[in-house]
Amino acid sequence: MIPKSGNRLSDKIMRPQDAMSLAGAPSQPQEYLRSLSRWHPLEIAFWLATLLPFFLFPTYLSLASQIAVAALFALSLDIILGYAGIVSLGHAAFFGIGAYAAGLFSKFVWGEPFSGLLIAAAMAALIGYLTSFIIARFRHLTLIMITLGLGLLLAEAANSAGWLTGGSDGLQGVKIWPVFGYFKFDLYGTTAYGYSLAVLFLVFLAVRRLIHSPFGLSLRGIRENWTRMPAVGADSRAHIRKAYTIAAAIAGIAGAVIAQTTQTVSLEALSFERSADVLVMLVLGGAGRLYGGLVGAIIFMVARDQFSGIAPQYWYFGIGILLILVVMLLPNGILGGLAKLTARWSRK
Amino acid sequence: MSEANAPALSTRGLAMSFGSLVVAKDIDLSLPKGVRYALIGPNGAGKTTLINLMTGMLKPNAGQIFLGGEDITALEPQERVRRGLARTFQINSLFPGLTALEAVTLAVCERRGSSGEFWSKLSSQSEAIDEAHEILLRLRLGDSCYQPTRELPYGRQRLLEIALALATRPKVLLLDEPAAGVPQEESGDIFEAVADLSQDITLLFIEHDMHVVFRFASHIIVLVGGMVFAQGSPAEIAADPRVREVYLGKRKHG
Repeated sequence: MIPKSGNRLSDKIMRPQDAMSLAGAPSQPQEYLRSLSRWHPLEIAFWLATLLPFFLFPTYLSLASQIAVAALFALSLDIILGYAGIVSLGHAAFFGIGAYAAGLFSKFVWGEPFSGLLIAAAMAALIGYLTSFIIARFRHLTLIMITLGLGLLLAEAANSAGWLTGGSDGLQGVKIWPVFGYFKFDLYGTTAYGYSLAVLFLVFLAVRRLIHSPFGLSLRGIRENWTRMPAVGADSRAHIRKAYTIAAAIAGIAGAVIAQTTQTVSLEALSFERSADVLVMLVLGGAGRLYGGLVGAIIFMVARDQFSGIAPQYWYFGIGILLILVVMLLPNGILGGLAKLTARWSRK
Repeated sequence: MSEANAPALSTRGLAMSFGSLVVAKDIDLSLPKGVRYALIGPNGAGKTTLINLMTGMLKPNAGQIFLGGEDITALEPQERVRRGLARTFQINSLFPGLTALEAVTLAVCERRGSSGEFWSKLSSQSEAIDEAHEILLRLRLGDSCYQPTRELPYGRQRLLEIALALATRPKVLLLDEPAAGVPQEESGDIFEAVADLSQDITLLFIEHDMHVVFRFASHIIVLVGGMVFAQGSPAEIAADPRVREVYLGKRKHG
């Protein structure tokens, strides 16, 4: 019983007697669907607020940059989990591929960051596309195990290919040129945050557009009722392959950004923990809400920073409690809970 | 079999069993274009199984299925839908979180082949949206079309089942108990909507209420134990003593 944000608009728009369209003007149903994709003032406020760290927390810009990367990674998982209902426990595979692709590209070709991003996205998309043929055939537990297996496989491959990846020492010799030939990646993280935030925002715009496209509607259809889709003539597997490839490309971009802003790549980029963490972020924030991964990433990363300040070895303890509380009390994540609350308020 | 004169839907020697349980045996059917068939039979006669076989949700052990003369036995369900064979479900199988308009627009976009477009705006698919809206108006769902499916009253959800099937522009529409679970006084509305469908659509519906069957069907198929027991006009079926014995007489319908 959670009316999504747009549905309240329907009260104003819905008048069956004048439902027929005027000549030339968009019909009421079109106007209604357009209203669902319109920018909400809170969205604009959210993006303006992402600029605040530059002024309020100038000493925390490295953390802010990591948060932006985590948010981008969570956004990519949201496409497959939140919109198409595909649970993955191996999403770090694409993050890692992107990170190593960008790192190696800067080491052996050149250090221009944007071309590095494109190479990373292309590599991750390619591997994503190839594995999507397996992914699209399975659901539920089988799928979780397959994605987990693929993730572990890749992590082990990167570990044993030490000549290329540097193995457990990490990839050395990553050199990234200044952004636009001007903004150097410095120790304070000013450029790093500006760069990560800009990439996050641009990718977010693209994902937002995707969600409000006919393809986005079909993905929601898959999530809402996978078995009905063939009965409306939909080739769900083709949709899933496409969504998985796009999500892989975005995860690759996230990995590339972390490689470029930290100028190193470690095996941790491919680790199971990273796959699990991103899942936790998305569930905390609320899957299938576009902003869920973003909010989840902020909460997760800030909580980790704070908890590890208190007890460095036990910071997962705090995350664990937070996760349990959220899933027990707010099944649709923090944003889902907030939406429910505001819906109740506006009804009064 | 020439395409033009071929029946809208036909089966030849269709057979299916789960282990030792035979659910379909030697089913030969031929549904001419535009005819309205009722599929009746006692519980467990294999009525829903037959629809599942025709639509490809189940694969037969033997036999063939033809749509307009084309052998569709090997095709996936969605490929059959795209060729004009649609169905509804006995138990609502809808998209709970989508509004009625979104759900039908989704089905229209799938049919039009625009569902893979991730760079165009849904709201600019004006023809698809207007078509979806028009289908909803036709089924008298106009004032529900901006409501999430899960909030719709049950009877309206049953109509949305039909709306989703119509969005695929079917040549043959298989309705699995379209009024199942709907109170008697509302089930008439649903069958009125069914009766109003274009005469070009060949219909096959499963229904237990004999008043409804005799009122809306032009032909009746009686299925017993996975086999076609009898078929004919309502008058013939009503007069058939064997049918009365195994089906009409023995148990009270409903």
